[in-house]
Amino acid sequence: MEIEELTVGYGWVGRPVVTAVRGVNLAIDAGEVVGIAGESGCGKTTLALAATGLLDPPGRILSGSARYQGTDLVSLSPQERRALRLSEISMVFQASMNVLNPVMRIRDQFLDGMAAHGVRSSEEARARAEETFDLVKIPRRFFDAHPHQLSGGMRQRAVIALALVLRPKLLFLDEPTTALDVVVQRSILQSLNDLRRELGFGVVFITHDLSLLVEIADRIAIMYAGAIVEEAAARELYKKPCHPYTRALMSSFPPLGGTRRQLEGISGQPPDMRRLPAGCSFSPRCPEVIAGTCEIIDPPSIRVDGGHVVVCHLYSEKEARVG
Amino acid sequence: MASALEPAVGTEEIAESPVLEVRGLTKTYSVGRLGRHKTVRALSDIDLTVEKGEVLGLVGESGSGKTTFIRTVIQLDRPTAGEIRVQGGEALPKRPSARRLREHRRQVQMIFQDPYSSLDALHTVSYSVTRPLRAFGIVPRSAQRKAVEELFNQVGLVPAGDFLDRHPYELSGGQRQRVGVARALAARPALLLADEPTSMLDVSIRLSIMNLLLELRRSNSLSLVFVTHDLAGAYYMSDRIAIMYAGHLLEIGPSSEVMGDPRHPYTQLLRRAAPDPEGDFGRDTQFDAQGDPPDLTSLPPGCPFAPRCPSVRGECRTTLPEWREIGAGHRVRCVLYGPAGDGRLGTALAQTPV
Repeated sequence: MEIEELTVGYGWVGRPVVTAVRGVNLAIDAGEVVGIAGESGCGKTTLALAATGLLDPPGRILSGSARYQGTDLVSLSPQERRALRLSEISMVFQASMNVLNPVMRIRDQFLDGMAAHGVRSSEEARARAEETFDLVKIPRRFFDAHPHQLSGGMRQRAVIALALVLRPKLLFLDEPTTALDVVVQRSILQSLNDLRRELGFGVVFITHDLSLLVEIADRIAIMYAGAIVEEAAARELYKKPCHPYTRALMSSFPPLGGTRRQLEGISGQPPDMRRLPAGCSFSPRCPEVIAGTCEIIDPPSIRVDGGHVVVCHLYSEKEARVG
Repeated sequence: MASALEPAVGTEEIAESPVLEVRGLTKTYSVGRLGRHKTVRALSDIDLTVEKGEVLGLVGESGSGKTTFIRTVIQLDRPTAGEIRVQGGEALPKRPSARRLREHRRQVQMIFQDPYSSLDALHTVSYSVTRPLRAFGIVPRSAQRKAVEELFNQVGLVPAGDFLDRHPYELSGGQRQRVGVARALAARPALLLADEPTSMLDVSIRLSIMNLLLELRRSNSLSLVFVTHDLAGAYYMSDRIAIMYAGHLLEIGPSSEVMGDPRHPYTQLLRRAAPDPEGDFGRDTQFDAQGDPPDLTSLPPGCPFAPRCPSVRGECRTTLPEWREIGAGHRVRCVLYGPAGDGRLGTALAQTPV
């Protein structure tokens, strides 16, 4: 999937629009795990909704494209988009308990989903569903259960199974494990990774938990105020974070070992998306702000090296000095 | 690894009696209809102390009894058995009088998990902070507003005047949690019980609340029980960490030891599950949760972790292991560590180190 200059806003036609995602470029290769991290309200979820065509009014895509294997999802009709969903692109949300219908057996929810995509024979559907249950390690006896009979972790596994039952090639995961205990979270992530190996789907993993993302993603994009401010390979980003926001976000996660020292995290609050500051939107909170530049001129996108891109004035200055 | 760590700030030898001493604390609930009721063993025989000025991290998964523990300590729930003693005083009687309860709660205050529902939505936030001032007669009525202002300044709601007359809905989650902290401080307690105070907050706010609590501990010489499921947060905050599982305390010791060299197989499992970019977990290591926590209505007779334990022995399934001392202040409830405190043997037998 390739997302280009995608801009998404909320607001009814004719009313002022609040832009939630601003000109995002992001490419997801087949079988790759791309992580998106940022504070609440930075536009992570809106980006995922827009890219999967699940954005409901008043949300709307203002410009840009999200191309999946060459087809622009933005220009497709709702019917065409629906045909792609689940079978090609799937999504798992944070609150799995609200995704499953509480008065329907899990079995029926699976059969429904598959019937909508042309799997008419119920034997075939059942076989497929059971196979997927085995893959995500849910005992088959839960197949005929109602959602409330499953623990939170099992429900989340069931939702993942549902998302994968038609073997999509791309899976969006929006904070899929945030509400779960660490041990459950880790075993779900383990299963997801095993599945990804086996089935070869690509993953867009959205979370605020940067320390988790460094472990599981191939590449990480950091979002702030609706825009990607830094993008790099996971290890590279962890070892050499360039954007001051990335550094601040990282220091918000205390380490599990080593010498304990006071961490400062990020001071201030995320900006009001209705009144974004001029220039770099992080400049009011930035500890390394260049007075007279950052709060006036939009920061340029700088390729630090290879696939490591940062949107910050600090690096244009350095580069100018070097060059 | 543990030796490379510096001691946490504020750990000195303290001869004073502990701020909180809990012995054999047990809490059971009865659920279900008459005749078919079951007993939920939410807490089983918890022994621990919190020293003056200390931060104790209480770590466990949901259902491990962390919240029940602090609710029982502050007497929102009555314990089924066990003793609770504050600042070396008399143990709380089984049915404390209203006066005794009020005195208890003046010394022990609680910060709740959810800053959205723990403040009265119909009143201004200064009202919520004034209530304990009034209830415990901390300051004369005429000085109340001044006292609230001071509290707001202490918790970083500055200028206080901007916040006093606002309603909770006008504040962000982090600001509300600061009001929650101010309310707890109003009673001038010796001990704060914080029930996952940061789990509902955004990443950038979490750290600022943790820093606030650490700062208050220093400036007000408070003791703190910090309940969390976040191991990194517990390590950042705590002098000592206690690990709970299915209502049992399984390991307790200095933070650097419990996190750097976890001994109980359950602590080791938790440690391996925690996100750790520094670790060499990577995506290729296999992780096996070995099942789920037991049902609290039918706990196994021996060690509650025995059904999942990779190093389980026959005796674990029948009797709950005794506490073993394996280092200064480091105790573990596991048979892998000999009664003589021979930790070496245990390390060899326990799972591969983290």
